[in-house]
Amino acid sequence: MSALVEIRDLWIEGRSDETWSPIINGASLSLNKGEVLGLIGESGAGKSTLGLAAMGFTRDGVRISKGTVLFDGVDLTLASASKKRELLGKRIAYVAQSAAASFNPAHKLMDQHTEGPVQHGVMSRAESVKDGIELYRRLRLPNPEEIGFRYPHQVSGGQLQRAMTAMAMSCRPDLIIFDEPTTALDVTTQIEVLASIRDIVEQFDTAAIYITHDLAVVAQMADRIKVLLKGDEVEDADTRTMLTHPKEDYTKSLWAVRAFERPQKPAVHTSATPVLSVQNVSAAYGKIAVLHDVSFDIHQGRTVAVVGESGSGKSTTARCITGLLPPSQGVIQFDGQSLPANYKQRNKDQLRQAQMIYQMADTALNPRKTVGEIIGRPVQFYMGLSGKQKRRRVEELLDEIEMPAAQYIDRLPSELSGGQKQRIGIARALAAEPKFIICDEVTSALDQLVAEGILKLLARLQDDLKLSYMFITHDLATVKAIADEVVVMKDGEVVEQGPKQDMFAPPHHPYTDLLLSSVPEMDPDWLTNLLNERGVDNIGDAAVDKMS
Amino acid sequence: MQSVIRIILQRLGLGLLTLFVVSIVIFTAVNMLPGDFAQAILGQGATPAAVESIRRDLGLDQPPITRYIQWLSGALQGDLGNSFAQANFASFVGADSGVRTTVAQQIAPRFENTMFLAAVTACIAVPVSLVLGILAALFRNSVFDRATNVTTLTSISSPEFFLAYVLILFLAVLNPVLPSLSNIYDGMSFGERLEKTLLPALTLTLVVTAHMMRMTRAAIINLLASPYIEMARLKGMSPMRVIVKHALPNALAPIINVIALNLAYLITGVVVVEVVFVYPGIGQLFVDSVKIRDIPVVQACCLIFAAAYILLNLTADILSILSNPRLRHPK
Repeated sequence: MSALVEIRDLWIEGRSDETWSPIINGASLSLNKGEVLGLIGESGAGKSTLGLAAMGFTRDGVRISKGTVLFDGVDLTLASASKKRELLGKRIAYVAQSAAASFNPAHKLMDQHTEGPVQHGVMSRAESVKDGIELYRRLRLPNPEEIGFRYPHQVSGGQLQRAMTAMAMSCRPDLIIFDEPTTALDVTTQIEVLASIRDIVEQFDTAAIYITHDLAVVAQMADRIKVLLKGDEVEDADTRTMLTHPKEDYTKSLWAVRAFERPQKPAVHTSATPVLSVQNVSAAYGKIAVLHDVSFDIHQGRTVAVVGESGSGKSTTARCITGLLPPSQGVIQFDGQSLPANYKQRNKDQLRQAQMIYQMADTALNPRKTVGEIIGRPVQFYMGLSGKQKRRRVEELLDEIEMPAAQYIDRLPSELSGGQKQRIGIARALAAEPKFIICDEVTSALDQLVAEGILKLLARLQDDLKLSYMFITHDLATVKAIADEVVVMKDGEVVEQGPKQDMFAPPHHPYTDLLLSSVPEMDPDWLTNLLNERGVDNIGDAAVDKMS
Repeated sequence: MQSVIRIILQRLGLGLLTLFVVSIVIFTAVNMLPGDFAQAILGQGATPAAVESIRRDLGLDQPPITRYIQWLSGALQGDLGNSFAQANFASFVGADSGVRTTVAQQIAPRFENTMFLAAVTACIAVPVSLVLGILAALFRNSVFDRATNVTTLTSISSPEFFLAYVLILFLAVLNPVLPSLSNIYDGMSFGERLEKTLLPALTLTLVVTAHMMRMTRAAIINLLASPYIEMARLKGMSPMRVIVKHALPNALAPIINVIALNLAYLITGVVVVEVVFVYPGIGQLFVDSVKIRDIPVVQACCLIFAAAYILLNLTADILSILSNPRLRHPK
């Protein structure tokens, strides 16, 4: 039997500053009918580029320089544009990372769903609408008859991702490329989408290339896994072999990342004054109440992880603490003293004591200032240093974050990698010599290896400087790695809080349980077992509940 | 839908407020023009007494605030006052016929002509610009794209009278297909009127096309890197369909705004073209009235121009709002 897709010695280049530099160096892969291949690697490894190349598609500024992509015997690198258009959508379909950005905001979901079948002459519009509703039902979308007649902005992210899978299925293609379809979703939503995708791919015996950076996810979805590193293939083996017996060092290091975990610190003395105390805080955006009676303490030298899904009020709590959003009720105490609700009424020292590190280091750093200027600003503003003293302090701070000053002090943010930018964000927070730092999803935009480096740095700084952290995250692996205490939030309320070891050991609050059990594990049978345990129908119902 | 109605009402209220402020600006500016009507018609040798008498007769001796209130309350009731220039000063010799030409009577036919010219131009220029813009986006960086850009930019950079004479040369003199004089009068059939209006309309088309076409092209190209455009391509849709069906609906807001701006220009800024083709539009009336300090006419013209700008921009705002499904269909 000949393979459905056969990529041989494929070289892809991207243009930057008028020269072509390699993105993929001689990749080969073959995929049989009905087989699911997992493509895994860090960002920049070229996995999306390779996935798109399997469709014969390259983005602007990218070209295939050598090699062949055979789809069902047709070489897509040589095929004419109109020949490729015949295949795309009809026999090869694509599911993008962000369904919210990849659905056209100007058209209803069903109009976008039927476009492929109608334009490719597979079905009439009426047939395709009927089929679409059936697909929505199979993908366990709520109100399958009605949901297709909404605009994308009226549908939640997890639902959009399933609607996009339905759209990819609309012509019953032989191959679907899934490009990180669940990366932007919460863990609980991710499960629903993963289960739906897996079922429908099995039902229609569709071949798939599943691109992701999350090993545990790929373990659930793929029959076979291929690991990429900077455009080179590292390893290719069937899923179980790859998980149990990885051959290459790089693969092993990927597997080992989740092992980082700080030991639990001893319990705090009950009489000790907490560095930060959030007491019965409620807050609202306009008339919409978003926080209800939130209370927790953070002690010196400890990390409190605030976890919950998007919309649970984690970031709003941070905004209340920093004074950006004055709470409607309750107080924030710092070292036993109440802070003014609005940051405008806080004095410089109160502002200095609480600093913040942001999720998107890209947008949190001024792109036109050098590293030295970015870190020097708070040094001058809060500590009143200037000239040589300021420069010396900036150099010390760069030392702290393990970035040699001589090499980095004059660089612009665009000349740094993602992890380095986040380190600059940390140094900027440290420059104010705070007691307390809010870390808002600081590792969620980073690859696992880089994220681990950041977590280790934060842990060391905490030990050296006796810092307290409030660590906002939705990633429970991060919580496990770094937290001392955990606060679980849902719909603006604290549902459970306590020391880490208690939170990760039963019994849990049902919601904590749902969160914990939804984190994918490296066991390929994890999803199947979990679904059996919960009962598949329950997941669909849970989705409906969430929507209403 | 409710939020849309609320936004529209807000914009309408703001538009009226703007118009009110503009009326003050117009009144003040016109009153700051050096010299006055009495001086202008009586000439250098006028006796102070005669000047004073005419001023009193026209109410120019009143304080500005009183005159503004009188003017505004009249305008609100649809009475824009009487034209100075058409007034009969026979009353000075005791023979007043009592006949007055109102500003409204004077402006109405001119305004109608101007609107006709603007409408004919818009009917040609808007579709042409959209189609050219879409094609230029589709074949971006091709010879066609460059040729379109060069042509439209050349035409917008040339003085209007020059374009007008070039068109007259080619379409009226060398190949006499269209009349070079646009003398419109009452009782003309629509066909005749259209024929007479065609040359000035074509001239104006050359002037306004570049903006609209380039905005269409830019707004579409701006969207071509979006994930949903990539998705449409990956669904195997043809390049034309990708642009017309997927990019254009999302690019409408900026395009509509530029169209509105150019339409407003067609109503308020076409004096030169009117003069070249002897077209009896409101622009010429305005310039003549300024020359002889016929204040009521000048004020009325200014007010109409301002209202046209505000109304067209308001329409553009509302259309852009309606082109956004997020506002049309809130969650």
